[in-house]
Amino acid sequence: MTTSELDLSLVPPLGEPRTHPVPPAHETTLPNGLQVVVVPRPGVPLIELRLRVPFAAPTARGAGVHTARASVLSGAVLLGTEQHDQTTIAELLQEHGAELSVSSDPDRLLFSTTLLPDGLSPVLDVLAELLTGASYPADRVEGERERVAERIAIARSQPGVIARTALAARRFGSHPYAIELPDPDLVLDVRAPALRRLHGERVVPAGSSLVLVGDLDPSAATAAVAEALEGWIATGHAVEAPPVPQLETPGIELVDRPGAVQSNLRLGGLAPGRTDRDLPALRLANMVFGGYFSSRLVENIRERRGYTYSPRSSVDHQAAGSSFLVEADVATGVTGPALLETWYELGRMALTAVTEAELDGARRYTLGTMALSTATHAGLASTLSALVGAGLPPEWLTDHQRALAAVTVEEVQEAARKYLATPALTTVVVGDAEKVTAALEALGPVVVAAGETPA
Amino acid sequence: MTAAGAELTLRHPVERFTLDNGLRVVLAPDRSVPVVAVGVFYDVGMRNEPEGRTGFAHLFEHMMFQGSAHVPKMEHARLIQAAGGTFNGSTHQDYTNYYAALPAEGLERALFLEADRMAAPAITEENLRNQIDVVKEEIRVNVLNRPYGAFPWLQLPQVAFGSFANTHDGYGSFVDLESSTVDDATDFFSRYYAPGNAVLCIGGDLDVAETHRLVQRWFGPIEARPVPPIPPTGEQWPTSSRSAVVEDALAPAPALALGWRVPDPVGDFDRYLGTVLLAELLSEGDASRLERRLVHDDRIAIAQSSYVGLFGDPFDVRDATLLTTQIHHPAAVPPQQVLTAVHEEVGRIATDGVGADELRRVQARTEAQLLRQADSVLGRTLAFAAAEIVHGRAELAGELAARLAAVTPEQVRAAARELDPDTAAVLELRATGGRS
Repeated sequence: MTTSELDLSLVPPLGEPRTHPVPPAHETTLPNGLQVVVVPRPGVPLIELRLRVPFAAPTARGAGVHTARASVLSGAVLLGTEQHDQTTIAELLQEHGAELSVSSDPDRLLFSTTLLPDGLSPVLDVLAELLTGASYPADRVEGERERVAERIAIARSQPGVIARTALAARRFGSHPYAIELPDPDLVLDVRAPALRRLHGERVVPAGSSLVLVGDLDPSAATAAVAEALEGWIATGHAVEAPPVPQLETPGIELVDRPGAVQSNLRLGGLAPGRTDRDLPALRLANMVFGGYFSSRLVENIRERRGYTYSPRSSVDHQAAGSSFLVEADVATGVTGPALLETWYELGRMALTAVTEAELDGARRYTLGTMALSTATHAGLASTLSALVGAGLPPEWLTDHQRALAAVTVEEVQEAARKYLATPALTTVVVGDAEKVTAALEALGPVVVAAGETPA
Repeated sequence: MTAAGAELTLRHPVERFTLDNGLRVVLAPDRSVPVVAVGVFYDVGMRNEPEGRTGFAHLFEHMMFQGSAHVPKMEHARLIQAAGGTFNGSTHQDYTNYYAALPAEGLERALFLEADRMAAPAITEENLRNQIDVVKEEIRVNVLNRPYGAFPWLQLPQVAFGSFANTHDGYGSFVDLESSTVDDATDFFSRYYAPGNAVLCIGGDLDVAETHRLVQRWFGPIEARPVPPIPPTGEQWPTSSRSAVVEDALAPAPALALGWRVPDPVGDFDRYLGTVLLAELLSEGDASRLERRLVHDDRIAIAQSSYVGLFGDPFDVRDATLLTTQIHHPAAVPPQQVLTAVHEEVGRIATDGVGADELRRVQARTEAQLLRQADSVLGRTLAFAAAEIVHGRAELAGELAARLAAVTPEQVRAAARELDPDTAAVLELRATGGRS
């Protein structure tokens, strides 16, 4: 090392901050209940489209079947309508630079695409046709459900997926959020009539939101949406997930993966939601702990000890509850020490104050990356879709930035004590039980769960 | 040229100059958002590694984040991130890049940091040992501890090519990584990280004259060093089909990859563009030829994709490179059946050609994807820099949409004729993960 202390006099100071203008959003609600948000933005000649439809499982008991059906529906909705087959639909979109992707998670269905500006009306017409007339042809649905089941089997062989699945199951118990991936056997039971029924009941305009961002005229774009989607009328209603439970999960769950050359450490707990006053302080506590490269966790277990490549922590929002999450994939031989250091850094966050420099760095990074991530059509569209889908106005972004700017060292420590202290977190490790159990037992009681043999 | 292509070219004029020490500088001003991106691209990649030093270009990339003459370890990250910016680096086949995107007022700070490590990175024994450990964990997480980890990017080149440059593992063997020394790193830096072997590209909210002055101030004092010649990485066109089988003990289902040699991405650019669009036509979206045939009609594949260039970016590689088609298929479907279907579909294009309508749709989609990438200041800046270092012309990045829009059905048909089953490389992955 040539230097150990940074001589700040050598570093060019930052210039005057320039304002990051957030373009104004034009909001409308159509007579059918669809919320429409349109944002014109300078940049490339493209429009980004996001349609969010609430799609939570209505009950915990039905969550397995619902999740299986949702996973097939998100591909099968594109398989054809009364007027057009799957290929023609894809061609009609492609002509305007578009390709509709449909995804599902425990809260919603999301239709998204980019498109060339001249294609706005034709692409909205295709979208309307799918929303009101997806036909779910039986033989094509059969092919789709088989592919989905195969893809799930492949996904479940990935250690990261095994770890995420185990953590969700342990944290959420019988709540629908416990299901990260549907059971392939339930997927193989999904039939076309069930999808048509589910579509009719749940793919409805009330509670849904459409966001358009990019090279557009707001009133013309809003009119185009109204014209294309006014016929989307359905009698069902939106369903949201029930509140998440707070389960006591002491000790470490170890999911056995014989022969694994790494262990996947995962910790998770409750975090404040988007409207909770604790959120700004918790977001900054997360940053200082492990939310970015300049964090304590990265400095400790990567740059000092070389245990891992990309340790990280994050705050994740779902409709019925938000989460603080920690993850690190570490060499098998250092599994115990890596978990010890992770717990140590969590404890240090909870018990001792962060420095002003740490807080300032975390704050500037959080504000700066918010600005960067909304500085593209696609980034702004996805951000607004998530906010509007959570029932928040686009102005939330500005309010949240103001709140971040005001957070104090004391507030960060208070948030850390509440949300980052290890008793508040559920711990799961995926690894070779024969090699790592003894080391983990030195840190706490260990429950070994048999690893799932790939289905 | 389509309207969108014309607009993209016009909106991003490129300014360039060269410092006395040989550093090539490209400025791409665009003041629509108050964000600036800085990229430094060194003309050395995985293909330049000597035998016995596999993985060294990537390991050295890690060393460039370990501090430099005036910047202690961890401070590079802190100074960028505390300015509200993001940073990273990546090692490619033919170059290694370092970049940051940050609020415009952080520009000079980013230039200071890049210049400081271009002049003198902190290559110490302690840092080297630490980063060898970190790289080994990176390889474990991305390759060794997961199914399909080396498929097909580390495995297919071994079947498709002959030379060490084109076939070796760019992530590196643990034996080579562990035996790396501080002297190796110092020599590598001295040889390949000369200012004359680099391109500095700055895009976004900047004033050209002011930025010119800042670049001169921070990078001007770095001493010139000899620039190594660019070693040719092209090789003989294949004259036979080659194949190999690999076993993956973690994979639950088999997979297949085909690789065809394609025209020189730089020297034969017009023919190459036909190949790039052919890959899109084969595999992009539900209307594509292979998605329809393999996935929806015959139902012999779970997923398929085709791309040109080892990492899927056709415009950031030199010769030799491949068009790769990869397919995940159910265990019950024999690989030969999938192969036959792929060759039939390519053969149909070679024999019957492509309709103008179909090609126009593919071009519209490709154009939208290029524009989307160009919407972010960082994405645009990286594309300009890659075009400068690989093609010698940053402007090319802004012209791609228009160049692709001008490709004719006949060019795509000609590209399909070159995807000959008799010169294809085939990699078969057998799942031995004990799936019942």
